[in-house]
Amino acid sequence: MPSKQDLRRRIRSVRSTEQITKAMKMVAAAKLRRAQTRIMEARPYAAALEAVLRSLASRVASHHHELLVERPEHAVTLVVVTADKGLCGAFNANVLREATALLEGGRWEKVELVLVGRRAIEFFRRRTYATHATYPELMNALTPDAAFALARSLAARFAAGETDAIYILYNHFRSIMRQEMTLERLLPIERAKIAGGERPGAYIFEPSPQALLGHILPRHVQFQVLRTLLDSQAAEQASRMTAMDAASKNAADMIDQLTLTYNRTRQAGITRELIEIVSGAQALAER
Amino acid sequence: MSADRLHLKVVTPVRVVVEAEADEVTLPGALGTLGILPGHAPLLVTLGIGELSYRTATREHYLAIQYGFAEVAADVVTVLPDVAELPAEIDVEAAREEKRAAEAALRSAAGEEFEHQRAHLEAAVTRITVAARR
Repeated sequence: MPSKQDLRRRIRSVRSTEQITKAMKMVAAAKLRRAQTRIMEARPYAAALEAVLRSLASRVASHHHELLVERPEHAVTLVVVTADKGLCGAFNANVLREATALLEGGRWEKVELVLVGRRAIEFFRRRTYATHATYPELMNALTPDAAFALARSLAARFAAGETDAIYILYNHFRSIMRQEMTLERLLPIERAKIAGGERPGAYIFEPSPQALLGHILPRHVQFQVLRTLLDSQAAEQASRMTAMDAASKNAADMIDQLTLTYNRTRQAGITRELIEIVSGAQALAER
Repeated sequence: MSADRLHLKVVTPVRVVVEAEADEVTLPGALGTLGILPGHAPLLVTLGIGELSYRTATREHYLAIQYGFAEVAADVVTVLPDVAELPAEIDVEAAREEKRAAEAALRSAAGEEFEHQRAHLEAAVTRITVAARR
């Protein structure tokens, strides 16, 4: 039986943990809102960019562009997106498990990793897979420029023929309660994604359709990367919020349980003292 | 759609900057300035660094933009610049500072770095000009 002193100490300790998890939940909720707002704000651009790209692609006779070239997938690049921090439920573990399964699955002959987020970097540091580049701190202060820079370096690698395809693995934000593991092919750009935008009438292109394609396709890739990272960020905060909510609930349950035990112990102590007093008095009276 | 006004939309990756009806839009094309009037033929153009202006019934509006591209189709002008700033958002002091820094760097720069700094200078000058139009 733990002493009253011990129980009091434990209750206090669990209560301070509860305060921390509650605060973390609030912070995650605020960050989630911000992440969702950013996704919303990026949506008009995404829609406009896609419309322009489709209308251009439907008009350019030859779609010859280095970012559209399909090669047999011998050597591929896998971009793994995790968070910089933990304490967000199974968010990081899910991505890392899926990434390991992909690496071990033998779908590709040769895979090199590009790691976004400290968690992925730490996880793969102790393993022997080929890592091409790491991006710590990217998710922490996610700006369009940083995402575009990552996209540019990926596109350059693909265009130079150093990799045959680039896939990106991340948690897609479905709802606050649900994140969905998603594997998307970033490069080469799937032709289906840019086809079918028939618009009537002859277009004027300045400088030339080919030059415009060369301008817009990289932009499309850059924007895909930004969208993916924003998506992952929202999923991360949602996951952290749910995890911290559960932790706060558990802490509250534990405090209830401990308080109950504490009161029982206290009562037992009082009862025992009473019995001692009464039996002591009786012993005196009987003498 | 009526052919007497243009529907202008300026959208960057982070926000919708302008959504308005305009009588005329002037774009800083990469190969030169373009004036767009209602009824313009469908057009797709890359943009450089410069001033985008549009006229509404009441007045002329200005924006400082950098790169990206624009589409004109059926009297809808969609501008997708990399950066777009409203005159009220421009920090003139910071722009002047950037201009000075770029000018100083240009004196010693060469090749790619020269181009880079020239773009900086152009962006700063545009921002100062646009801010002055407020």
